[in-house]
Amino acid sequence: MSYQRYDYDVIANWIEPGERVLDLGCGDGSLLRHLSTVRQVRGYGVENDPERIVACARNGINVIQIDMEQGLAGFDDGFFDHVIMSLSLQAMRNTQGILAEMLRVGREAVVSFPNFAYWRHRQAILNGRMPVSKNLPYQWYDTPNVRFFTIADFDALCEQEGIVIHERLAFDEDKVIVDEPNFLASVALYRLGRAEG
Amino acid sequence: MHAQTQCAAESVGVVEPQRAHFDAPLALKSGGTLPAYDLVYETYGTLNAARNNAVLVCHALSGSHHVAGTYAGKKNSEGWWDNLVGPGKPLDTRKFFVIGVNNLGGCYGSTGPNSINPATGKPWGADFPFVTVEDWVDAQARLADRLGIQRFAAVVGGSLGGMQALSWTLQYPDRVAHALVIASAPKLTAQNIAFNEVARQAILKDPEFHGGHYYEHGVVPTRGLALARMVGHITYLSDDSMDQKFGRSLRHDKPVFSYDVEFEIESYLRYQGDKFAGYFDANTYLLTTKALDYYDPAFDYDGDLVAALGRAKADYLVVSFTTDWRFAPSRSREIVYALMHSDRRVSYAEIDCPAGHDSFLLDDAQYHAVLRAYIDNIEI
Repeated sequence: MSYQRYDYDVIANWIEPGERVLDLGCGDGSLLRHLSTVRQVRGYGVENDPERIVACARNGINVIQIDMEQGLAGFDDGFFDHVIMSLSLQAMRNTQGILAEMLRVGREAVVSFPNFAYWRHRQAILNGRMPVSKNLPYQWYDTPNVRFFTIADFDALCEQEGIVIHERLAFDEDKVIVDEPNFLASVALYRLGRAEG
Repeated sequence: MHAQTQCAAESVGVVEPQRAHFDAPLALKSGGTLPAYDLVYETYGTLNAARNNAVLVCHALSGSHHVAGTYAGKKNSEGWWDNLVGPGKPLDTRKFFVIGVNNLGGCYGSTGPNSINPATGKPWGADFPFVTVEDWVDAQARLADRLGIQRFAAVVGGSLGGMQALSWTLQYPDRVAHALVIASAPKLTAQNIAFNEVARQAILKDPEFHGGHYYEHGVVPTRGLALARMVGHITYLSDDSMDQKFGRSLRHDKPVFSYDVEFEIESYLRYQGDKFAGYFDANTYLLTTKALDYYDPAFDYDGDLVAALGRAKADYLVVSFTTDWRFAPSRSREIVYALMHSDRRVSYAEIDCPAGHDSFLLDDAQYHAVLRAYIDNIEI
């Protein structure tokens, strides 16, 4: 939980009061609830899990049930100030597609993901086992994650796709990691934008 | 986590319809006027002192004011949405004062084609003016005035009822806090109008229709009405659910090469058609399908639904069903995206339920869980 609060605070700091925010893979809506409390955002969540839809409704969060893998058809270009995907990108098959969609419907995108090159994960692999940790809490046979990538991988993808990295923060638990993030950080958060022109 | 207090859901019990008479003429969208009219309605629960716990339930094509409860001494008389409305049910009558109204042009007691036209002393028949979703909402608003309800906590409806719920928030934005728009659409597609037209032609071409004045001839165009209902029924079920229910089951276990009932689906459709023709009014069917066809709140905004929704102030829950092809999920999503782009608060659930359009009347667990969660948050 302490990690999650930290994630929320970083995201809140990147958002101006009253913005329109879209949270992709919004879970039970707790991030949007947090953002509407501290930033008075006009928030909408996207989910496709039936139980989470009910949880959002119970939480009083605007939630829209669609399959994100199909993209965000129906969402107008540039309607949102920020489109967030918190710890869900690794569970998406169409990585490039969803990143493009986020930056189509949003002025900026906020993405966080577990760093598979985190030293503890490397150690687990060296010991011959797939990593299982706080941020990767699943066994290899039941994980919802389908894309396994690192901070260095993501930086390279942004470069390749012409996505501008406005800010990047890396963490080990709730500790900011400045040096060697691809080795020492378990999670990274990015604030992304479209290339000009 | 909140403590979940799960109480056994009960029926609202025995109910009685009430009648309200209105003397002030009602100007209709078609340009006509109803000089005076009656609305038949039922209520469940108690209107609180602040008069802010009222919920209006709008009915669809063949529904009525009898939403919940039973009639004294009448078997199988449960209201058409009895699984939704009652103590401990998703629309909980311990918290809300729920109202069902038979719409104008109906055949369950509100003024309609089988009522007496004061100008002629005979049933209105085909002379009954065209009524629209907007006219129904205007009439419902007058009933709300009569009952001392300034603002509804929610307006709820499925299918054509969902169109009324949506329309309420556009016609009376200050009088609705929440709209629940279920298995509905912002307007019908050509295919949908086409089904309605086939149904209407079946009625209009029945020799016993007599230009809509069959009452005077002491007959009813039952064949046309039954056929209309059969067409409708096909579209309310999904291919899968029909296949599961009936498949290719044969009455006589093998083909007998006859036009009598052989396949079970034929038997079902004929039964449903004949039953319906025994109690529903053909003119009401014609009027109501036209109301469906005409509904298009974006028409006056060059088809721009976002612009049409600009007046709205309500919060919305939109629900669709994966197997509903008459009012497909994509049509509900049109409403959702337009509401979102109008900066309205809106949630949308797409329920995986096999029963097609009829799903909205069933008590699918996920469907009712979503409704309950949303409705529980409605503040009064």
